[in-house]
Amino acid sequence: MSMQPGYVTSTTRMRGYAPAADVSVAAPSPRRQSARPLPIAAPRDLRTEPGPIRFIIIALAVTFLSIFVVLPLVVVFAQAFSKGISAYLGALAEPEALAAIRLTLLVAAISVTLNLVFGVIAAWAISKFDFAGKTFLITLIDLPFSVSPVISGLVFVLLFGAQGFFGPWLQAHNVHILFAVPGIALATIFVTFPFVARALIPLMQEQGTLEEEAAISLGASGLQTFFRVTLPNIKWGLLYGVLLCNARAMGEFGAVSVVSGHIRGETNTMPLLVEILYNEYQFVSSFAIASLLAMLALITLVVKTILERRLDEGRVPDGD
Amino acid sequence: MVRRILPLIAGLVWASSAFGADYSLLNVSYDPTRELYADFNKAFAAAYQKQTGKSVEIKQSHGGSGSQARAVIDGLQADIVTLALAYDIDAIAAKGLVAADWQQRLPLNAAPYTSTIVFLVRKGNPKGIKDWDDLIKPGVSVITPNPKTSGGARWNYLAAWGYAQKKYGSADKARKFVADLYQNVPVLDTGARGSTVTFVERGVGDVLLAWENEAFLAQREFGKDKFEIVSPPLSILAEPPVAVVDRVADKKGTRAVAEAYLKYWYSKEGQEIAARNSYRPHDPEIAKEYEKSFAKVELFTIEDVFGGWTKAQKDHFAEGGIFDQIYKN
Repeated sequence: MSMQPGYVTSTTRMRGYAPAADVSVAAPSPRRQSARPLPIAAPRDLRTEPGPIRFIIIALAVTFLSIFVVLPLVVVFAQAFSKGISAYLGALAEPEALAAIRLTLLVAAISVTLNLVFGVIAAWAISKFDFAGKTFLITLIDLPFSVSPVISGLVFVLLFGAQGFFGPWLQAHNVHILFAVPGIALATIFVTFPFVARALIPLMQEQGTLEEEAAISLGASGLQTFFRVTLPNIKWGLLYGVLLCNARAMGEFGAVSVVSGHIRGETNTMPLLVEILYNEYQFVSSFAIASLLAMLALITLVVKTILERRLDEGRVPDGD
Repeated sequence: MVRRILPLIAGLVWASSAFGADYSLLNVSYDPTRELYADFNKAFAAAYQKQTGKSVEIKQSHGGSGSQARAVIDGLQADIVTLALAYDIDAIAAKGLVAADWQQRLPLNAAPYTSTIVFLVRKGNPKGIKDWDDLIKPGVSVITPNPKTSGGARWNYLAAWGYAQKKYGSADKARKFVADLYQNVPVLDTGARGSTVTFVERGVGDVLLAWENEAFLAQREFGKDKFEIVSPPLSILAEPPVAVVDRVADKKGTRAVAEAYLKYWYSKEGQEIAARNSYRPHDPEIAKEYEKSFAKVELFTIEDVFGGWTKAQKDHFAEGGIFDQIYKN
């Protein structure tokens, strides 16, 4: 430890805190480079602000949450059910709505499956091996996060559009990518690519390669090592990544809008249909579809919370 | 758990999948025609089935006229395009997807229904808007979409310009008038429907410049007790054209049915559907029948005032054109 004596108390004893008696912080282990916050041992009662201030701060937070999260959610459901349950169900049973749901599920299934495979492979390569260009690869994986979805969509138009790079060849062979399911799936895969890899990389780096090395020294093959050792260790993290990936895949608007062609009953996904119906003054139908997406978000949140709990349990206990 | 339920839902949804028809057409259209083509497609499919015994399924895609043309150029497999203005189909023709003489292949410049630009105002017309001059008064907030992206917006712009040029007698004065008008525009949406939503639902603005059919539709949807239509005495004759996309129709083998589809517009039934949806019909009989639905407006054409779409586009809406110069200041 290269830590100076007194380091701990000087950073934690801030103005307004009670004099620290025995504050101890788990020393950061130099072996790990995890960005995870370090757990603070022996938590004290930190509520030292006077009551009214606390009340105001909490009230502010609650108001903010209500206005920006709860209220919109309530409005979506209120609008969806504004003409009764039968209108709501009728809106969802429309052929166009069913087609959109079908397409959204199909695209999500394709993109999540592929990103699961790509993500695990990428995370595995990055966290368990050293090779030239690793940093570059990590940056590349993050690229879809930093690029506007509209640009992501336009990239595919430039590649596969009739005037695009592969366009003439595709036209000649009668292959439809743009304005059809493959294009929508490609755009969705692109924008959701980072989720799985990003969820896995820190976890796998933290776990290190000791267990794999042990397995291999005991005679396990590469695949055996992966399926018996690596995969069980990352399963909760993997599920977490898949969940986020799925949520984004179903909710993606911008990139999909560019490559969709908006053919009704054919290439409209749920988010696109929500906008279309809204613009057609069909508010009940529009918000009915929106409520499905909102419910998906709620389910995602619940499952995510459960997974996060599992993830914390599943982690190797922090160094002592 | 979710993984287990999903395939189940997927299965259920799949089961309801549509059955195949003998022909499938894709009509790529502009924004405000959604209701029109929902009506027209049903009637055509029934008529075609009756006449030939073949079933036909028509798929629709709607969006801003310019971006729809772009999508067709980029490979959207449209058998038919029904766009807001001839220039957008010209753009498709320029890439060789549609024959260059497309506008001569059908009667009436290939525009089976027409429309014009009117004003939609709030109940009671609180700002007293009667004519184009009222739009440039200070304190009047005008809603119109962006002419760079919206076909309807270009008609709005040209209607205002044409009015001013006819009234004040010179292009310079028209330019000043249009510049003053856009001073009163607080927000430029990308499409005609977007502007309608801004005006009608968000309650922004005193007057919406709109397609006549779009104004009627908004009034039907939201009630006459909320909005009034004001038809100016002079406006533009808007001719939204239609065309078969030759390259796609030939490849898919749908040329015959696609042509039948467009010809149906010129039939009594087709004209009646147009009139019912507040598009102005050509057929004299239907026009007479619906005479009361449409205000008497003196209409000038784009050829009269601007020398056609290509010239209007180049002078006004191209990069660095008059609209750009006006809107910058």
